[in-house]
Amino acid sequence: MPDVTPEVAPTVLPEVLRGLGISPGRAAGRAYRMAGPPALPAVSGGFGGSADRAADPAAEAVLAVRGLEAAAGELAARAEAAADPAAREILEAQVMIAEDPVLRDEVEQLAAEGMDAAHAVDAACARHREALLAAGGYIAERAADLDDVRNRAVAAVLGLPMPGVPSPGHAFVLFAEDLAPADTVNLDPGTVLALVTEKGGPTSHTAILARALGLPAVVACAGATAVADGSWVSVDGGAGEVRTGIGEEKAAEVERAARAGRERLATASGPGRTSDGHPVKLMLNIGSVADAQAASGAEGVGLFRSEFLYLGRRSAPTHEEQAGAYAAVLRAFPGATVVIRTLDAGTDKPLPFLGLPSELNPALGVRGLRVARRRPEVLDAQLDAIAEAAAETGAETGGQPWVMAPMVTTAEEAASFAQRARVRGLTCVGAMVEVPAAALHADRLLRELDFLSIGTNDLSQYTFASDRQHGELADLLDPWQPALLELVARCAEAGLAAGKPVGVCGEAAADPLLATVFAGLGVTSLSMSARSLPAVRDALARHSLDQCRQNAELALAATGPAAARQAVAGVR
Amino acid sequence: MPERTVTVASRSGLHARPAKIFVQAVARQGTPVRIRVGDGKPVPANSMLAVLSLGARHGVEVTLDADGPQAEETLAALADLLSRDLDAEDGTDA
Repeated sequence: MPDVTPEVAPTVLPEVLRGLGISPGRAAGRAYRMAGPPALPAVSGGFGGSADRAADPAAEAVLAVRGLEAAAGELAARAEAAADPAAREILEAQVMIAEDPVLRDEVEQLAAEGMDAAHAVDAACARHREALLAAGGYIAERAADLDDVRNRAVAAVLGLPMPGVPSPGHAFVLFAEDLAPADTVNLDPGTVLALVTEKGGPTSHTAILARALGLPAVVACAGATAVADGSWVSVDGGAGEVRTGIGEEKAAEVERAARAGRERLATASGPGRTSDGHPVKLMLNIGSVADAQAASGAEGVGLFRSEFLYLGRRSAPTHEEQAGAYAAVLRAFPGATVVIRTLDAGTDKPLPFLGLPSELNPALGVRGLRVARRRPEVLDAQLDAIAEAAAETGAETGGQPWVMAPMVTTAEEAASFAQRARVRGLTCVGAMVEVPAAALHADRLLRELDFLSIGTNDLSQYTFASDRQHGELADLLDPWQPALLELVARCAEAGLAAGKPVGVCGEAAADPLLATVFAGLGVTSLSMSARSLPAVRDALARHSLDQCRQNAELALAATGPAAARQAVAGVR
Repeated sequence: MPERTVTVASRSGLHARPAKIFVQAVARQGTPVRIRVGDGKPVPANSMLAVLSLGARHGVEVTLDADGPQAEETLAALADLLSRDLDAEDGTDA
């Protein structure tokens, strides 16, 4: 593998680059840029006039072959390191392309005829590219693999950095124009310390990837692609700040502190609290009993999706089966709150046994609690089973399950659901707030109910009239949208006034910085996947309730989601 | 020149994993081998790019030829390889 690590880091003047912090955390290390495909030199060899001919055909031929060998070496090293067997196979096939004897002969031939090395590699690859494309189908897809070999060989010939994610042989901070899914398929969170991109936004692939891998990241960072390879930098993914020219000692210091922070995060436990002790319950979203058993460190279950009992069935599950499953979850969290959501199905998430006709506009049709209009016996059977599980486990677990219905829209619906649950002895009854009408009338809903849980994903979809699956409208579905936060605020205020809990479940609750905003708005619990919990616990612990309130005000007052993020991240 | 005609048995044809295994086997033999589809132009069988570009799918007949003292043995071994489903063998993607 060619070593692209300079012995001495380039001297860079200290400078602070600012962008959008979209994945919190700090990191420091050497910067390496992801290089694009190399440009061919302007002066071409080719078969044209003698003025264009390379000076020394034999030397060019050697150089061109060395370029192919460098590409093969780099790809072989990547293949060796690839953890995913499928990715390794693709890389191994690419090595064979780079080592192809026919390709090598052609490159040598073209150079001998007077082409410079870079153009010889390019021209030989172009011929095979056409042949692959002509074969069509999945053979044609290999043209992309050949392109990658070509780019690497040309870069090696010209002394340019290898295209793609660099592999300097040690941990580094990755700088790029932007990152596409193909660039990051082999991204190793063990060696990439942080991501910084010149372009991109809060919902770009870079942002999603960074949050999924838990890497600090700054996007929309002007000047990012001008940072010198091998220079020391530090990144603050919360504040959206990149410091260049910091020197090795400073970098080591930042990285030590960051590592200590990560370890603290991993080992921290206990209930959710702001730095001054204001409690915000940290709960889990689970979809099965197995999820519950794997989880630890949570204060209960904020959302138990009961759908798994119904999936792929022609007939409803039996009473015993249902009661057994609910009892198992209650036993997994003795003494803790477990919120069971009643069946969330409908024409958007069809279940065969419900026999619902298809609809033109399923997201706006018969779904969630509305299914009970047509099939009331399904909901009644579910509530019967939950009540039995509660009675069966009550003595041992000392807790009562909370039940809530999805897609509640009006106070009348809330009252009707509450009545059905209460006659069965279920004492804590609530509703998901997913429809703007329900948020607007949160106070009226709470006259009928004991708690609310805000489902931010659906509430975004209905508030911004944007399909959750619609990639082009992702910016409208950003949980930092101030209008969405205003609806959350309205629910939280109603909860405070009534002295009843109002929680948030859904993607938004897993965003550590947004968690401080929710706490400031008066939200009493946050429910998320087990993986997201430590960072949210840590964010709350580093802010006082007053700071959370200040964050909430800043977010509500912002002109848009990006501004809201920036305003809140800027407050230290 | 000795020849062997054989039907490609691998499900994905002479593509991806099967192509890789075949080309590697040719390189190991040390005897120059060519491969063609039907009456097409024979191409060097030790070239990944040339073999891929044949576009030989599952069930297609390919003809191998070779020269030299080891020609017959080499062709027999390679024909045997092509008549097996290489996608199914020790496959991570099978």
